[in-house]
Amino acid sequence: MDVLTENWSLYGEGFLGTVELTVYASILALVLGFVMASFRVAPVGSLRMIGTVWVAVLRNTPLTLLFFAVLLGLPRFGLVLPFQVFAVLALGCYTSAFICEALRSGINTVPTGQGEAARSLGMSFGQTLGNVVLPQAFRSVIPPVGSTLIALAKNSAIAGAFSVTELLGTYKTLNELGYSIIWSFVWIAVGYLIITLAISALFNVLEKRWGVAR
Amino acid sequence: MTHSTTSATALYDIPGPVTRKRHFTYGVISTAVIVALLGWILYLLFDTDQFTSEKWTPFTYKGIQELLLRGLGNTLKAFAYAAVLSLALGALLAVGRLSDHGPVRWISTLLVEFFRAMPVLVMIFFIFVALKVQPLPALVAGLTLYNGSVLAEVFRTGINSVERGQREAAFALGMRKTQVTTHVLAPQAVRAMLPTIISQLVVALKDTSLGYLITYEEFLHAGKLIASNLDYDLPFIPVVMVISPIYIGMCMLLSWFATWVARRQRRNPKTEGTGVAAAEPGTVLPGRLG
Repeated sequence: MDVLTENWSLYGEGFLGTVELTVYASILALVLGFVMASFRVAPVGSLRMIGTVWVAVLRNTPLTLLFFAVLLGLPRFGLVLPFQVFAVLALGCYTSAFICEALRSGINTVPTGQGEAARSLGMSFGQTLGNVVLPQAFRSVIPPVGSTLIALAKNSAIAGAFSVTELLGTYKTLNELGYSIIWSFVWIAVGYLIITLAISALFNVLEKRWGVAR
Repeated sequence: MTHSTTSATALYDIPGPVTRKRHFTYGVISTAVIVALLGWILYLLFDTDQFTSEKWTPFTYKGIQELLLRGLGNTLKAFAYAAVLSLALGALLAVGRLSDHGPVRWISTLLVEFFRAMPVLVMIFFIFVALKVQPLPALVAGLTLYNGSVLAEVFRTGINSVERGQREAAFALGMRKTQVTTHVLAPQAVRAMLPTIISQLVVALKDTSLGYLITYEEFLHAGKLIASNLDYDLPFIPVVMVISPIYIGMCMLLSWFATWVARRQRRNPKTEGTGVAAAEPGTVLPGRLG
Protein backbone atom coordinates (compact mmCIF):
# COMPACT_ATOMS: atom_id res chain seq x y z
CA MET A 1 0.00 0.00 0.00
CA ASP A 2 2.85 2.35 0.93
CA VAL A 3 4.29 2.02 -2.54
CA LEU A 4 1.32 3.84 -4.02
CA THR A 5 0.92 6.57 -1.41
CA GLU A 6 4.62 7.39 -1.19
CA ASN A 7 5.11 7.48 -4.96
CA TRP A 8 1.85 9.08 -5.89
CA SER A 9 3.44 11.55 -8.32
CA LEU A 10 5.58 8.89 -10.02
CA TYR A 11 2.57 6.66 -10.58
CA GLY A 12 0.48 9.64 -11.63
CA GLU A 13 3.10 10.64 -14.19
CA GLY A 14 3.25 7.11 -15.58
CA PHE A 15 -0.51 6.79 -15.63
CA LEU A 16 -0.89 10.10 -17.46
CA GLY A 17 1.83 9.05 -19.88
CA THR A 18 -0.07 5.88 -20.75
CA VAL A 19 -3.34 7.80 -21.08
CA GLU A 20 -1.71 10.37 -23.36
CA LEU A 21 -0.10 7.70 -25.52
CA THR A 22 -3.41 5.87 -25.76
CA VAL A 23 -5.43 8.95 -26.65
CA TYR A 24 -3.04 10.34 -29.28
CA ALA A 25 -2.37 6.95 -30.84
CA SER A 26 -6.11 6.22 -30.88
CA ILE A 27 -6.80 9.44 -32.76
CA LEU A 28 -4.03 8.69 -35.25
CA ALA A 29 -5.21 5.08 -35.64
CA LEU A 30 -8.84 6.09 -36.17
CA VAL A 31 -7.98 8.73 -38.78
CA LEU A 32 -5.46 6.56 -40.61
CA GLY A 33 -7.71 3.51 -40.32
CA PHE A 34 -10.59 5.48 -41.82
CA VAL A 35 -8.42 6.65 -44.73
CA MET A 36 -7.13 3.13 -45.35
CA ALA A 37 -10.62 1.63 -45.11
CA SER A 38 -11.87 4.12 -47.70
CA PHE A 39 -8.91 3.15 -49.89
CA ARG A 40 -9.81 -0.51 -49.50
CA VAL A 41 -13.38 -0.04 -50.70
CA ALA A 42 -12.47 2.52 -53.39
CA PRO A 43 -13.28 1.77 -57.02
CA VAL A 44 -9.72 2.71 -57.99
CA GLY A 45 -7.48 -0.33 -58.20
CA SER A 46 -4.21 1.23 -57.11
CA LEU A 47 -5.77 2.79 -54.00
CA ARG A 48 -7.25 -0.58 -53.11
CA MET A 49 -3.83 -2.08 -53.42
CA ILE A 50 -2.26 0.45 -51.04
CA GLY A 51 -4.94 -0.37 -48.49
CA THR A 52 -4.47 -4.10 -48.89
CA VAL A 53 -0.69 -3.95 -48.61
CA TRP A 54 -0.87 -1.59 -45.61
CA VAL A 55 -3.18 -3.93 -43.73
CA ALA A 56 -1.41 -7.16 -44.71
CA VAL A 57 2.02 -5.84 -43.72
CA LEU A 58 1.13 -4.04 -40.51
CA ARG A 59 -1.14 -6.76 -39.20
CA ASN A 60 1.71 -9.24 -39.51
CA THR A 61 4.45 -7.01 -38.09
CA PRO A 62 5.46 -7.67 -34.50
CA LEU A 63 4.88 -4.41 -32.65
CA THR A 64 8.29 -4.65 -31.00
CA LEU A 65 9.91 -4.76 -34.43
CA LEU A 66 7.89 -1.72 -35.50
CA PHE A 67 8.94 0.17 -32.38
CA PHE A 68 12.52 -0.90 -32.97
CA ALA A 69 12.41 0.31 -36.59
CA VAL A 70 10.62 3.59 -35.88
CA LEU A 71 12.28 4.68 -32.64
CA LEU A 72 15.80 3.70 -33.61
CA GLY A 73 15.52 3.76 -37.40
CA LEU A 74 13.89 7.06 -38.29
CA PRO A 75 16.57 9.14 -36.52
CA ARG A 76 19.03 7.68 -39.07
CA PHE A 77 17.19 9.66 -41.72
CA GLY A 78 17.81 12.82 -39.78
CA LEU A 79 14.27 12.84 -38.42
CA VAL A 80 14.73 13.65 -34.77
CA LEU A 81 11.57 13.89 -32.71
CA PRO A 82 10.77 13.21 -29.06
CA PHE A 83 10.48 9.49 -28.32
CA GLN A 84 6.86 9.95 -27.33
CA VAL A 85 5.95 11.17 -30.82
CA PHE A 86 7.71 8.18 -32.37
CA ALA A 87 5.85 5.86 -30.00
CA VAL A 88 2.52 7.44 -30.98
CA LEU A 89 3.45 7.01 -34.65
CA ALA A 90 4.34 3.35 -34.26
CA LEU A 91 1.31 2.51 -32.10
CA GLY A 92 -1.06 4.51 -34.30
CA CYS A 93 0.12 2.98 -37.58
CA TYR A 94 0.04 -0.53 -36.14
CA THR A 95 -3.47 -0.15 -34.75
CA SER A 96 -4.75 1.60 -37.87
CA ALA A 97 -4.51 -1.69 -39.76
CA PHE A 98 -6.87 -3.35 -37.30
CA ILE A 99 -9.21 -0.33 -37.25
CA CYS A 100 -9.22 -0.41 -41.07
CA GLU A 101 -10.35 -4.02 -41.10
CA ALA A 102 -13.05 -3.35 -38.50
CA LEU A 103 -14.39 -0.38 -40.51
CA ARG A 104 -14.25 -2.26 -43.79
CA SER A 105 -16.18 -5.22 -42.48
CA GLY A 106 -18.64 -2.73 -40.98
CA ILE A 107 -19.20 -1.15 -44.39
CA ASN A 108 -19.58 -4.60 -45.92
CA THR A 109 -22.36 -5.48 -43.48
CA VAL A 110 -24.57 -2.80 -45.07
CA PRO A 111 -26.74 -4.65 -47.59
CA THR A 112 -26.21 -3.71 -51.23
CA GLY A 113 -29.92 -2.97 -51.52
CA GLN A 114 -29.55 0.00 -49.18
CA GLY A 115 -27.14 1.75 -51.51
CA GLU A 116 -29.19 0.84 -54.56
CA ALA A 117 -32.35 2.18 -52.94
CA ALA A 118 -30.57 5.43 -52.01
CA ARG A 119 -29.27 5.88 -55.54
CA SER A 120 -32.63 5.11 -57.10
CA LEU A 121 -34.08 7.90 -54.94
CA GLY A 122 -31.62 10.18 -56.71
CA MET A 123 -29.13 10.62 -53.88
CA SER A 124 -25.62 11.62 -54.83
CA PHE A 125 -22.55 9.60 -53.78
CA GLY A 126 -21.96 11.90 -50.81
CA GLN A 127 -25.55 11.63 -49.67
CA THR A 128 -25.59 7.85 -50.04
CA LEU A 129 -22.41 7.62 -48.03
CA GLY A 130 -23.29 10.16 -45.34
CA ASN A 131 -26.98 9.46 -44.86
CA VAL A 132 -27.39 5.79 -45.63
CA VAL A 133 -24.24 3.69 -45.57
CA LEU A 134 -22.03 5.19 -42.85
CA PRO A 135 -24.73 5.55 -40.17
CA GLN A 136 -25.56 1.86 -40.53
CA ALA A 137 -21.93 0.82 -40.69
CA PHE A 138 -21.14 2.92 -37.60
CA ARG A 139 -23.56 0.90 -35.48
CA SER A 140 -21.94 -2.40 -36.24
CA VAL A 141 -18.32 -1.26 -35.84
CA ILE A 142 -18.60 -0.02 -32.24
CA PRO A 143 -17.68 -3.32 -30.50
CA PRO A 144 -14.71 -4.28 -32.74
CA VAL A 145 -13.28 -0.75 -32.63
CA GLY A 146 -13.66 -0.82 -28.85
CA SER A 147 -11.70 -4.02 -28.45
CA THR A 148 -9.06 -2.73 -30.87
CA LEU A 149 -8.58 0.42 -28.79
CA ILE A 150 -8.33 -1.66 -25.61
CA ALA A 151 -5.61 -3.68 -27.29
CA LEU A 152 -3.92 -0.39 -28.17
CA ALA A 153 -3.93 0.71 -24.53
CA LYS A 154 -2.36 -2.61 -23.55
CA ASN A 155 0.19 -2.42 -26.34
CA SER A 156 1.31 1.01 -25.18
CA ALA A 157 3.21 -0.84 -22.45
CA ILE A 158 5.85 -1.66 -25.06
CA ALA A 159 6.64 2.06 -25.35
CA GLY A 160 7.73 2.01 -21.71
CA ALA A 161 10.47 -0.45 -22.54
CA PHE A 162 11.74 2.04 -25.14
CA SER A 163 12.19 4.71 -22.47
CA VAL A 164 8.95 6.61 -23.00
CA THR A 165 7.33 7.76 -19.77
CA GLU A 166 4.42 5.45 -19.10
CA LEU A 167 2.97 3.19 -16.46
CA LEU A 168 5.01 0.01 -16.89
CA GLY A 169 8.28 1.98 -16.89
CA THR A 170 7.67 3.15 -13.31
CA TYR A 171 8.68 -0.26 -11.96
CA LYS A 172 12.31 0.49 -12.77
CA THR A 173 12.49 3.63 -10.65
CA LEU A 174 10.59 1.96 -7.83
CA ASN A 175 12.90 -1.00 -8.01
CA GLU A 176 15.93 1.27 -7.69
CA LEU A 177 14.32 3.04 -4.73
CA GLY A 178 14.08 -0.36 -3.04
CA TYR A 179 10.34 -0.82 -2.88
CA SER A 180 8.71 -4.23 -2.98
CA ILE A 181 8.59 -5.28 -6.61
CA ILE A 182 5.43 -7.30 -6.22
CA TRP A 183 3.44 -4.40 -4.79
CA SER A 184 4.69 -1.95 -7.38
CA PHE A 185 3.50 -4.38 -10.07
CA VAL A 186 0.14 -4.76 -8.35
CA TRP A 187 -0.45 -1.01 -8.65
CA ILE A 188 0.76 -0.99 -12.26
CA ALA A 189 -1.77 -3.75 -12.98
CA VAL A 190 -4.49 -1.73 -11.26
CA GLY A 191 -3.58 1.27 -13.43
CA TYR A 192 -3.94 -0.73 -16.62
CA LEU A 193 -7.20 -2.23 -15.42
CA ILE A 194 -8.56 1.29 -14.80
CA ILE A 195 -7.67 2.34 -18.33
CA THR A 196 -8.99 -0.76 -20.10
CA LEU A 197 -12.16 -0.83 -18.02
CA ALA A 198 -12.73 2.88 -18.74
CA ILE A 199 -12.46 2.32 -22.50
CA SER A 200 -14.69 -0.73 -22.19
CA ALA A 201 -17.29 1.29 -20.24
CA LEU A 202 -17.16 4.10 -22.80
CA PHE A 203 -17.81 1.71 -25.66
CA ASN A 204 -20.56 -0.04 -23.72
CA VAL A 205 -22.29 3.34 -23.42
CA LEU A 206 -21.81 3.98 -27.15
CA GLU A 207 -23.10 0.50 -27.92
CA LYS A 208 -26.17 1.02 -25.76
CA ARG A 209 -26.86 4.40 -27.30
CA TRP A 210 -26.23 3.59 -30.98
CA GLY A 211 -25.50 -0.11 -31.32
CA VAL A 212 -27.57 -2.48 -33.42
CA ALA A 213 -30.50 -3.86 -31.45
CA ARG A 214 -30.04 -7.60 -31.52
CA MET B 1 -10.86 -9.89 -52.26
CA THR B 2 -10.07 -6.87 -54.39
CA HIS B 3 -12.49 -7.85 -57.11
CA SER B 4 -15.39 -8.84 -54.92
CA THR B 5 -15.37 -5.46 -53.19
CA THR B 6 -16.22 -3.64 -56.41
CA SER B 7 -19.31 -5.67 -57.08
CA ALA B 8 -20.55 -6.40 -53.58
CA THR B 9 -20.59 -3.07 -51.83
CA ALA B 10 -23.46 -0.73 -51.15
CA LEU B 11 -21.29 2.26 -51.94
CA TYR B 12 -21.55 2.54 -55.71
CA ASP B 13 -22.94 0.91 -58.82
CA ILE B 14 -20.95 -1.04 -61.35
CA PRO B 15 -19.22 1.82 -63.22
CA GLY B 16 -20.16 2.79 -66.76
CA PRO B 17 -17.70 3.82 -69.50
CA VAL B 18 -17.33 7.46 -68.41
CA THR B 19 -16.87 6.56 -64.76
CA ARG B 20 -14.43 3.86 -65.68
CA LYS B 21 -12.37 6.39 -67.59
CA ARG B 22 -12.44 8.72 -64.59
CA HIS B 23 -11.39 5.92 -62.27
CA PHE B 24 -8.57 5.14 -64.64
CA THR B 25 -7.36 8.74 -64.36
CA TYR B 26 -7.52 8.53 -60.56
CA GLY B 27 -5.61 5.29 -60.75
CA VAL B 28 -2.85 6.85 -62.83
CA ILE B 29 -2.57 9.83 -60.49
CA SER B 30 -2.43 7.70 -57.33
CA THR B 31 0.07 5.32 -58.89
CA ALA B 32 2.25 8.31 -59.75
CA VAL B 33 2.01 9.54 -56.16
CA ILE B 34 2.97 6.11 -54.80
CA VAL B 35 5.90 5.78 -57.18
CA ALA B 36 7.09 9.27 -56.24
CA LEU B 37 6.84 8.39 -52.55
CA LEU B 38 8.77 5.16 -53.02
CA GLY B 39 11.36 7.03 -55.07
CA TRP B 40 11.73 9.60 -52.33
CA ILE B 41 12.27 6.87 -49.72
CA LEU B 42 14.83 5.21 -51.98
CA TYR B 43 16.55 8.57 -52.43
CA LEU B 44 16.64 9.05 -48.67
CA LEU B 45 18.16 5.59 -48.27
CA PHE B 46 20.87 6.38 -50.76
CA ASP B 47 21.34 9.88 -49.45
CA THR B 48 22.05 8.63 -45.94
CA ASP B 49 24.49 6.02 -47.31
CA GLN B 50 22.52 2.92 -46.38
CA PHE B 51 23.77 0.91 -49.34
CA THR B 52 27.49 1.21 -48.80
CA SER B 53 29.33 -2.09 -48.94
CA GLU B 54 30.66 -1.41 -45.46
CA LYS B 55 27.19 -1.70 -43.99
CA TRP B 56 26.24 -4.81 -45.91
CA THR B 57 29.44 -6.87 -45.67
CA PRO B 58 28.64 -8.21 -42.18
CA PHE B 59 25.87 -10.32 -43.69
CA THR B 60 28.43 -12.26 -45.72
CA TYR B 61 30.28 -13.42 -42.60
CA LYS B 62 29.51 -16.88 -41.40
CA GLY B 63 29.51 -15.89 -37.74
CA ILE B 64 26.89 -13.20 -38.30
CA GLN B 65 24.71 -15.51 -40.35
CA GLU B 66 24.92 -18.10 -37.59
CA LEU B 67 24.04 -15.44 -35.02
CA LEU B 68 20.92 -14.53 -37.00
CA LEU B 69 19.95 -18.16 -37.51
CA ARG B 70 20.43 -18.90 -33.83
CA GLY B 71 18.17 -15.93 -33.04
CA LEU B 72 15.57 -17.21 -35.46
CA GLY B 73 15.81 -20.66 -33.88
CA ASN B 74 15.29 -19.16 -30.43
CA THR B 75 12.26 -17.23 -31.66
CA LEU B 76 10.74 -20.39 -33.11
CA LYS B 77 11.58 -22.33 -29.95
CA ALA B 78 9.78 -19.78 -27.77
CA PHE B 79 6.86 -19.83 -30.19
CA ALA B 80 6.63 -23.63 -30.15
CA TYR B 81 6.63 -23.80 -26.35
CA ALA B 82 4.16 -20.94 -26.05
CA ALA B 83 1.83 -22.41 -28.68
CA VAL B 84 1.68 -25.88 -27.15
CA LEU B 85 1.37 -24.64 -23.58
CA SER B 86 -1.26 -22.03 -24.37
CA LEU B 87 -3.36 -24.58 -26.24
CA ALA B 88 -3.17 -26.81 -23.16
CA LEU B 89 -3.95 -23.95 -20.76
CA GLY B 90 -6.75 -22.77 -23.04
CA ALA B 91 -8.33 -26.23 -23.02
CA LEU B 92 -8.00 -26.44 -19.26
CA LEU B 93 -9.55 -23.02 -18.63
CA ALA B 94 -12.32 -23.66 -21.16
CA VAL B 95 -13.20 -26.90 -19.36
CA GLY B 96 -13.18 -24.91 -16.12
CA ARG B 97 -15.51 -22.28 -17.53
CA LEU B 98 -17.92 -24.92 -18.82
CA SER B 99 -17.84 -26.84 -15.54
CA ASP B 100 -20.99 -27.70 -13.61
CA HIS B 101 -19.33 -26.76 -10.34
CA GLY B 102 -19.80 -23.12 -9.40
CA PRO B 103 -16.44 -22.38 -7.71
CA VAL B 104 -14.44 -23.94 -10.56
CA ARG B 105 -16.38 -21.85 -13.03
CA TRP B 106 -15.89 -18.64 -11.05
CA ILE B 107 -12.17 -19.15 -10.60
CA SER B 108 -11.60 -19.90 -14.27
CA THR B 109 -13.73 -16.94 -15.31
CA LEU B 110 -11.75 -14.67 -12.98
CA LEU B 111 -8.42 -15.97 -14.32
CA VAL B 112 -9.48 -15.65 -17.96
CA GLU B 113 -10.84 -12.13 -17.53
CA PHE B 114 -7.81 -10.96 -15.56
CA PHE B 115 -5.19 -12.30 -17.93
CA ARG B 116 -7.02 -10.98 -20.95
CA ALA B 117 -7.25 -7.50 -19.45
CA MET B 118 -3.55 -7.31 -18.55
CA PRO B 119 -0.95 -6.20 -21.09
CA VAL B 120 1.08 -9.29 -21.91
CA LEU B 121 4.27 -7.29 -21.41
CA VAL B 122 3.33 -6.48 -17.79
CA MET B 123 2.98 -10.19 -17.10
CA ILE B 124 6.28 -10.99 -18.78
CA PHE B 125 8.08 -8.26 -16.85
CA PHE B 126 6.45 -9.35 -13.62
CA ILE B 127 7.58 -12.93 -14.08
CA PHE B 128 11.02 -11.82 -15.23
CA VAL B 129 11.72 -9.12 -12.64
CA ALA B 130 9.68 -10.02 -9.59
CA LEU B 131 9.88 -13.80 -9.75
CA LYS B 132 13.48 -13.67 -11.09
CA VAL B 133 12.91 -16.26 -13.80
CA GLN B 134 15.21 -16.83 -16.78
CA PRO B 135 14.22 -14.94 -19.95
CA LEU B 136 12.92 -17.92 -21.96
CA PRO B 137 10.61 -19.36 -19.28
CA ALA B 138 9.43 -15.85 -18.41
CA LEU B 139 8.57 -15.10 -22.03
CA VAL B 140 6.86 -18.45 -22.54
CA ALA B 141 4.94 -18.16 -19.27
CA GLY B 142 3.69 -14.65 -20.09
CA LEU B 143 2.64 -15.62 -23.60
CA THR B 144 0.99 -18.79 -22.31
CA LEU B 145 -1.05 -16.99 -19.68
CA TYR B 146 -2.32 -14.39 -22.14
CA ASN B 147 -2.89 -16.56 -25.21
CA GLY B 148 -4.18 -19.43 -23.11
CA SER B 149 -6.88 -17.18 -21.67
CA VAL B 150 -7.85 -15.87 -25.09
CA LEU B 151 -7.91 -19.41 -26.48
CA ALA B 152 -10.06 -20.53 -23.55
CA GLU B 153 -12.69 -18.04 -24.66
CA VAL B 154 -12.34 -19.21 -28.25
CA PHE B 155 -12.82 -22.84 -27.21
CA ARG B 156 -15.77 -21.97 -25.02
CA THR B 157 -17.62 -20.02 -27.70
CA GLY B 158 -16.77 -22.80 -30.13
CA ILE B 159 -18.30 -25.47 -27.94
CA ASN B 160 -21.32 -23.29 -27.25
CA SER B 161 -21.82 -22.57 -30.93
CA VAL B 162 -22.33 -26.23 -31.81
CA GLU B 163 -25.98 -26.72 -32.66
CA ARG B 164 -28.14 -27.52 -29.63
CA GLY B 165 -29.56 -30.64 -31.22
CA GLN B 166 -26.14 -32.29 -31.25
CA ARG B 167 -25.76 -32.00 -27.50
CA GLU B 168 -29.35 -32.98 -26.83
CA ALA B 169 -29.12 -36.02 -29.09
CA ALA B 170 -25.93 -37.13 -27.37
CA PHE B 171 -27.49 -36.76 -23.92
CA ALA B 172 -30.57 -38.61 -25.15
CA LEU B 173 -28.33 -41.52 -26.14
CA GLY B 174 -27.29 -41.73 -22.49
CA MET B 175 -23.80 -40.23 -22.81
CA ARG B 176 -22.22 -38.52 -19.82
CA LYS B 177 -21.27 -34.87 -19.95
CA THR B 178 -17.59 -35.67 -20.46
CA GLN B 179 -18.43 -38.03 -23.28
CA VAL B 180 -20.72 -35.49 -24.90
CA THR B 181 -18.00 -32.86 -24.78
CA THR B 182 -15.10 -35.01 -25.96
CA HIS B 183 -16.90 -37.15 -28.53
CA VAL B 184 -19.57 -34.88 -29.93
CA LEU B 185 -19.00 -31.22 -29.21
CA ALA B 186 -15.22 -30.77 -29.16
CA PRO B 187 -14.48 -32.41 -32.54
CA GLN B 188 -17.01 -30.21 -34.30
CA ALA B 189 -16.02 -27.11 -32.36
CA VAL B 190 -12.31 -27.53 -33.03
CA ARG B 191 -12.89 -27.84 -36.77
CA ALA B 192 -14.93 -24.68 -36.82
CA MET B 193 -12.53 -22.84 -34.52
CA LEU B 194 -9.34 -23.84 -36.30
CA PRO B 195 -8.94 -20.58 -38.26
CA THR B 196 -9.41 -18.51 -35.10
CA ILE B 197 -7.00 -20.71 -33.18
CA ILE B 198 -4.36 -20.27 -35.89
CA SER B 199 -4.82 -16.49 -35.98
CA GLN B 200 -4.33 -16.44 -32.23
CA LEU B 201 -1.11 -18.39 -32.76
CA VAL B 202 -0.02 -15.61 -35.14
CA VAL B 203 -0.45 -13.22 -32.21
CA ALA B 204 1.73 -15.52 -30.10
CA LEU B 205 4.37 -15.61 -32.83
CA LYS B 206 4.38 -11.83 -33.12
CA ASP B 207 4.59 -11.46 -29.35
CA THR B 208 7.67 -13.63 -29.08
CA SER B 209 9.47 -10.47 -30.19
CA LEU B 210 8.70 -9.09 -26.71
CA GLY B 211 11.49 -11.37 -25.58
CA TYR B 212 13.84 -8.72 -26.98
CA LEU B 213 12.77 -6.41 -24.15
CA ILE B 214 13.78 -8.91 -21.46
CA THR B 215 17.10 -9.71 -23.16
CA TYR B 216 16.02 -13.10 -24.46
CA GLU B 217 18.40 -13.85 -27.32
CA GLU B 218 15.83 -14.07 -30.08
CA PHE B 219 15.82 -12.80 -33.66
CA LEU B 220 15.41 -9.11 -32.94
CA HIS B 221 18.08 -9.29 -30.26
CA ALA B 222 20.52 -10.79 -32.75
CA GLY B 223 19.68 -7.96 -35.14
CA LYS B 224 20.30 -5.38 -32.44
CA LEU B 225 23.72 -6.86 -31.73
CA ILE B 226 24.72 -6.48 -35.37
CA ALA B 227 23.14 -3.05 -35.70
CA SER B 228 25.06 -1.58 -32.79
CA ASN B 229 28.42 -2.75 -34.09
CA LEU B 230 30.68 0.21 -34.76
CA ASP B 231 33.03 -1.84 -36.96
CA TYR B 232 30.40 -2.02 -39.64
CA ASP B 233 29.40 1.66 -39.38
CA LEU B 234 26.21 0.91 -37.38
CA PRO B 235 24.28 -0.96 -40.09
CA PHE B 236 20.90 -0.32 -38.52
CA ILE B 237 18.74 0.16 -41.60
CA PRO B 238 20.28 -2.85 -43.41
CA VAL B 239 19.54 -4.98 -40.36
CA VAL B 240 15.92 -3.83 -40.32
CA MET B 241 15.72 -4.49 -44.05
CA VAL B 242 16.96 -8.04 -43.53
CA ILE B 243 15.03 -8.89 -40.38
CA SER B 244 11.59 -7.47 -41.04
CA PRO B 245 10.84 -9.39 -44.26
CA ILE B 246 11.66 -12.65 -42.48
CA TYR B 247 9.58 -11.77 -39.42
CA ILE B 248 6.63 -10.43 -41.41
CA GLY B 249 6.90 -13.30 -43.88
CA MET B 250 6.62 -15.90 -41.10
CA CYS B 251 3.55 -14.23 -39.64
CA MET B 252 1.97 -13.76 -43.07
CA LEU B 253 2.50 -17.42 -43.90
CA LEU B 254 0.70 -18.43 -40.72
CA SER B 255 -2.08 -15.88 -41.37
CA TRP B 256 -2.57 -17.15 -44.89
CA PHE B 257 -2.73 -20.67 -43.55
CA ALA B 258 -5.54 -19.54 -41.26
CA THR B 259 -7.45 -17.95 -44.17
CA TRP B 260 -6.89 -21.05 -46.28
CA VAL B 261 -8.23 -23.30 -43.53
CA ALA B 262 -11.20 -20.97 -43.11
CA ARG B 263 -11.98 -21.09 -46.82
CA ARG B 264 -11.78 -24.87 -46.84
CA GLN B 265 -14.03 -25.07 -43.79
CA ARG B 266 -16.74 -23.16 -45.55
CA ARG B 267 -17.12 -25.95 -48.09
CA ASN B 268 -16.70 -28.76 -45.59
CA PRO B 269 -19.92 -30.64 -44.72
CA LYS B 270 -18.37 -31.84 -41.45
CA THR B 271 -18.62 -28.39 -39.88
CA GLU B 272 -22.22 -27.76 -40.87
CA GLY B 273 -23.54 -28.58 -37.42
CA THR B 274 -21.64 -25.65 -35.97
CA GLY B 275 -23.54 -22.90 -37.73
CA VAL B 276 -21.86 -19.52 -37.81
CA ALA B 277 -18.59 -19.85 -35.96
CA ALA B 278 -18.56 -16.44 -34.32
CA ALA B 279 -14.92 -15.95 -33.52
CA GLU B 280 -15.16 -12.36 -32.31
CA PRO B 281 -15.19 -12.00 -28.54
CA GLY B 282 -18.66 -11.12 -27.37
CA THR B 283 -17.90 -8.49 -24.76
CA VAL B 284 -16.01 -5.31 -25.41
CA LEU B 285 -13.49 -6.13 -22.73
CA PRO B 286 -11.05 -8.39 -24.55
CA GLY B 287 -8.58 -7.46 -27.22
CA ARG B 288 -7.74 -10.31 -29.48
CA LEU B 289 -4.69 -8.69 -30.95
CA GLY B 290 -1.37 -8.75 -29.22
